[in-house]
Amino acid sequence: MPEFGSFSLLLALILTAYNLVVGGFALWGGSASGLRITRIPEATWNRLGETARRAGIASFVALCCAAFALVWCAFHNDFAVEYIRAHSNIALNPAYKFAALWSGQEGSLLLWAFLLSAYGCVLRVRHRVDMRLSAFASTILAGIQIFFVLLLVVAAPPFSIAPGPVAADGAGLNPLLQYPEMVMHPPLLYLGYVGFSVPFAFALGALMMRYPGEKWIHITRRWTMVTWLFLTVGIFMGAHWAYSVLGWGGYWGWDPVENASLMPWLTGTAFLHSVMMQEKRGMMKNWNVWLIFSTFLLTILGTLLTRSGVVSSVHAFAQSAIGAWFYTFILIAFSVCLFVFFFNRDHLKSENKLESLVSRESSFLFNNMILLAACFTVLWGTLFPVLSEYVQGSKVTVGPPFYNRVNIPIGLFLLFLTGIGPLLAWRSTSLRSIRRNFILPSIAMGITAIALMIAGIRPWNDGDEMQSTLFSLVAFTLAAGVITAIVEEFLRGANVVRTQTGKNIFAAIILLIRRNTRRYGGYIIHFGIVVMFIGIAGGAFNQAREMEMTAGSSFNIGPYHLVCESMTQDSKPEYDTSYAILDVYRGGKYVMQLAPEKRAYFAGTDHEQSSTIVALHSTAQADLYTVFEGINPDSGLPIIKAYLNPLIAWIWIGVVFVVIGTFIALAPNLVRSAIRQRQEELAPTGPPAPSLGPAVLAKADHA
Amino acid sequence: MHRLLSHLRSPIFWAKTLQSALLCVIVVAMLGAGQTRYNRVGHELMCSCGCGQVLLECNHVGCPDSSRMINELHTQLDASNNDTAVLNWFEAKYGAIVLAAPIRGGFDNAAWIVPIGVFLLATGGTFVVVWLWKRRALSLAVANPAAAGIPAIPPQDDALRERIRRETEY
Repeated sequence: MPEFGSFSLLLALILTAYNLVVGGFALWGGSASGLRITRIPEATWNRLGETARRAGIASFVALCCAAFALVWCAFHNDFAVEYIRAHSNIALNPAYKFAALWSGQEGSLLLWAFLLSAYGCVLRVRHRVDMRLSAFASTILAGIQIFFVLLLVVAAPPFSIAPGPVAADGAGLNPLLQYPEMVMHPPLLYLGYVGFSVPFAFALGALMMRYPGEKWIHITRRWTMVTWLFLTVGIFMGAHWAYSVLGWGGYWGWDPVENASLMPWLTGTAFLHSVMMQEKRGMMKNWNVWLIFSTFLLTILGTLLTRSGVVSSVHAFAQSAIGAWFYTFILIAFSVCLFVFFFNRDHLKSENKLESLVSRESSFLFNNMILLAACFTVLWGTLFPVLSEYVQGSKVTVGPPFYNRVNIPIGLFLLFLTGIGPLLAWRSTSLRSIRRNFILPSIAMGITAIALMIAGIRPWNDGDEMQSTLFSLVAFTLAAGVITAIVEEFLRGANVVRTQTGKNIFAAIILLIRRNTRRYGGYIIHFGIVVMFIGIAGGAFNQAREMEMTAGSSFNIGPYHLVCESMTQDSKPEYDTSYAILDVYRGGKYVMQLAPEKRAYFAGTDHEQSSTIVALHSTAQADLYTVFEGINPDSGLPIIKAYLNPLIAWIWIGVVFVVIGTFIALAPNLVRSAIRQRQEELAPTGPPAPSLGPAVLAKADHA
Repeated sequence: MHRLLSHLRSPIFWAKTLQSALLCVIVVAMLGAGQTRYNRVGHELMCSCGCGQVLLECNHVGCPDSSRMINELHTQLDASNNDTAVLNWFEAKYGAIVLAAPIRGGFDNAAWIVPIGVFLLATGGTFVVVWLWKRRALSLAVANPAAAGIPAIPPQDDALRERIRRETEY
């Protein structure tokens, strides 16, 4: 099977190279034929382009085979393959054997190439949406794919054979990765990373062929949104994994690898907002092109940071010396972007200018600038240790204190813009409209601020904790304003629908959403983001207690009373485990039993690797988070650490709203469905009416 | 008085006021201190075991460094009332890498100044750009209303504008 895998990779390399070279040649030939530079008819070039397209689809099949071969090796414990020996073992749970595909460097690069070919396959199969633009995008994707396949064939082969006799068992998977979410988190994150290649390819292709209009944005809108959704869910699944497994009570440590995933998310979010200005008013064309270029380059930079070891990270399992390959690729990709932009920049002239400071356009512009400022801050903090070493000769640490101080104010400003942006009109907002739209949110903000101060959130009384309390107060106040604004928008629209149709308010809201999925899906996404902000702001009121416990001993944290029932040890095929059984009481009433655990994995290694299994009781109000820290070597007693993390659940609830909102925004409008229905009704009686063609459908979709 | 009232009615005035207020809040927030002394200083230090975690959050079983460093932190806090002196002591012993954020002055200041500068530049720059574009659009409108794409809707016709907004926006 390793031979089959290696052969599949070689075949994928040849097919991808064919797609790139012949596809590029056919595109050049097609243009030259149109300009009568060559005598070969255009149909011949098109046939050549078609073979390149099919080679691209075939490269997906070849990479499928390679990925299957690696998974097969993992399931059949083929420890002759070095990668399987290093990342799997006989007793490993089958789900984690499957996860071995992305547990190490070679496997995760194979996953990257496989996902890229899968996206490319969908694009190539759906090429009829715009054959010439799809051909450009397909060739550009082949250019990206060839880099990753070349890397797999030359620098990081996943099927290399381990030297010496075949090992009886493998080294096993890193215990920290043996957690259900870890089966989902990396592929989702990669789907997000890799997916941005598609809008990038379309943007670059559209610029290369000086594509008229904004159709490339309409084509890539769903690609971008799905990709953004994958990245969002991937990031938060990683955060939830860190919260549930690492046992330090937090979910985001500002590690360089975490930062690497956040940066393209920030620029991708900016792109999703600013393309609306291009669709709507033909503005910001240069800006949008560079936003998607930057997002793509940041995904590659993120991989470089993860893989090269250029910055120190706790994700050390992923590091190696393939940095030079990535530097070269980033340089080539950036040069191509710059070159194409430079020669076609006159094609990107804005059709309109901003007319007012108080308008939807300027709020998008501010939103973009703030998102980019946040992205720059993260990039700056991530690279500052390298810069410092270069300038001062000594490496420094840029950790959570830096990011929290700099990014929290930026985040609050973004929250503020989330609220006011949708309330402003395109072109210019009248004073009357401002008064009417802002009065309720302002009242809600005032009431919330006063209520919170009465409830005890008073920064001026908190002395040393003034900063975090103030941030929370501002965040809760802004959140109240934004939620009121969103609810007000829904109710106002629903009232109009109710008047028109006579439906009840709930039916009216559903009809309203169905009539304009994009707008109201967007509001639900904003609502989810605000809910997440509330969860993050709750962090200011975290509590922690640590205690050596014996059976019967107890302690209090917040409203909870924890009693140690017993301490137990157990042995499983892969690990030994020690855990404490804690009874949790609240207000004298028994709530539940928690069993925080510490595992010591021994599979295939000469030393133990430990892993923390957190036990938590989660409510909307707060999480009771308990950790078995280990045995005190002096006293022999187990150390239990308990955290009370207010509002953490709101973060995960917020993500659910973001997912729901994105699905709604992706759904077609009711108006479009009606047009489609009419088109279907007309179809049997004759050819489709030209006025109901794809352009009209697209227009209706964005109406 | 009339001029003052019209000034108060201007959306630009309110936008500027709002921006200034927000800026004040941000500046005040960024100047703020945080947490108790042990917590504050403990969160300014990294554990030297290589786990990449803040000293008070390192939770490795049998971590060779965190317990010792926490004891050292207690000793140093008792010995000195000056947080900077405590941090300097740790830096001298473990190197600059032990500090959780670049706070030694000199080039380290760049770590803080540059992002704040970029943030302020982005905010201020956007204001300037929008103002310039708006001015250019207005001058175009005066010279050639049709070319500037100025609508035939009188600016005071808010109801019509509002209806157009409702019917056309996303």
